[in-house]
Amino acid sequence: MDGKKVKLSLEHISQSYVLNNRAFDAVQDINFDVYDSEFLVLLGPGYCGKTVLLNIISGLEEPVDGTVRLDGEVVKGSDPRIGMVFQKTSLLPWKTVMENVEVGPKMAGVAKEERRKTAQKYIDLVGLQGFEKSYPTQLSGGMKQRVGIARAYTNSPEILLMDEPFGALDAQTRYSMEEEIQKIWQSEKRTIIFVTNNIEEAVYLGDRIVLLTNRPAHVKAIYDIDLPRPRDTVSPEFLRIRKEISDNTDLAL
Amino acid sequence: MSEQFVHDPEYKVEVRNLTKNFGELKVLNDISFNIKKGEFICVVGPTGCGKTTFLNLLTRIIQPSAGDLYIDGEPADPTKHNLAFVFQEPSAIPWKTVEENLRFGLEIKKLPEDEIKSRVENIIRLLGLEEFRNSYPHQLSMSTAQRVIIGRGFAMSPDLLLMDEPYSQMDIKLRFYLEDEVIRLWKELGSTVVFITHNIEEATYLAERILILSNKPTTIKEEVHVDLPHPRDVTSPDFIKIRKYVTDQIKWW
Repeated sequence: MDGKKVKLSLEHISQSYVLNNRAFDAVQDINFDVYDSEFLVLLGPGYCGKTVLLNIISGLEEPVDGTVRLDGEVVKGSDPRIGMVFQKTSLLPWKTVMENVEVGPKMAGVAKEERRKTAQKYIDLVGLQGFEKSYPTQLSGGMKQRVGIARAYTNSPEILLMDEPFGALDAQTRYSMEEEIQKIWQSEKRTIIFVTNNIEEAVYLGDRIVLLTNRPAHVKAIYDIDLPRPRDTVSPEFLRIRKEISDNTDLAL
Repeated sequence: MSEQFVHDPEYKVEVRNLTKNFGELKVLNDISFNIKKGEFICVVGPTGCGKTTFLNLLTRIIQPSAGDLYIDGEPADPTKHNLAFVFQEPSAIPWKTVEENLRFGLEIKKLPEDEIKSRVENIIRLLGLEEFRNSYPHQLSMSTAQRVIIGRGFAMSPDLLLMDEPYSQMDIKLRFYLEDEVIRLWKELGSTVVFITHNIEEATYLAERILILSNKPTTIKEEVHVDLPHPRDVTSPDFIKIRKYVTDQIKWW
């Protein structure tokens, strides 16, 4: 395996729900590994079960079948080594940027001076210095997402799950945030699992892309993206890969 | 600015010195442009440039501080002219079926039943909506709901059809499918279209002409003609050249 260390493994993960007295399969027999410090993108059409998969990895739901392993050990329930950035930023509106970012270590009982230092480091890293005392309503959509990212990093997780964090942003803010997140990842290497339904975003960010099918989701293909960073979204090679993946993606009308 | 407006019969829509202030804040500054009958125009601009104000003026939801909008040489009047609008979020009437939604505008305009029938059937055929004819909006996917709304806009045979980022939340694969569909409708029905988007690739894919807006106070910074045949190849050098050029004009990050 080219000397890459497996950080997280999904083994035969399946999830079903009962809806109107009928079984409803959301994901079916999902298997893949995530390497240490890798930027892995989970790509799939709308409503295919991507979020279900993230919820299982983060321990928010338990699958009907299969196991998740972190460093070889089975993960049960939520684990502090796994952090999450949500699509809707879910910031606490009555707290400032600083108070939002430090909330994790504060709950864990870390002393104020220490947690502020960590929080400040990540506030600087996401480019929000000067906004520590601002409230979420005073920030733009892109800035709120930066707070969410800083908050997740401040918990020092080993794996960061990102559930379509830029899905609600306009196309241009989205490009600037994609540029930003890959810079942050390069300067603070963590294992990232990034969910999106946007093929362009996937090719721009991913070391590897796991392509899922329509529901019930299973793995359709895994792509290694070998382009140098930062990637040029209109280079012929980029557009070729984008088209190859697009042609292989299920259309969900 | 008391110059007399002179109608040029070559144009369907003429916008003259359109200006809008909210108190001290100058949002739109002296915008003038013309649209030929049956033309497809895309409007792009940086985030927060006053796009919504621009649209609201074109639909007459708000009144300009100065300047005006003329259709066939007369000041635009929603009670006389057909101004159709497609919002970013699907806006189907929830208690009406797909067919009833498509009929809605035509009934308000009190068209004869024969005419309503033939137009609605034509749209259902063009969009392939037969199986959803009796479905309610909540039973549809987001993209199908949006297709119904776009069909409703075209069914009005509007003097001007305005679309405000109708595909912004959709993935590339789905977007290209829907964009091809909107081009097909436009070619078949000959409507005059103003399509607002943040997505430069989308604008380059659709438009005969792209209007680039500036930052506030907004003016038209530049017009770019896109003289490529449909369907366009997004990987062709000509296409990429235009896409890059327009992106550079509005890039702020």
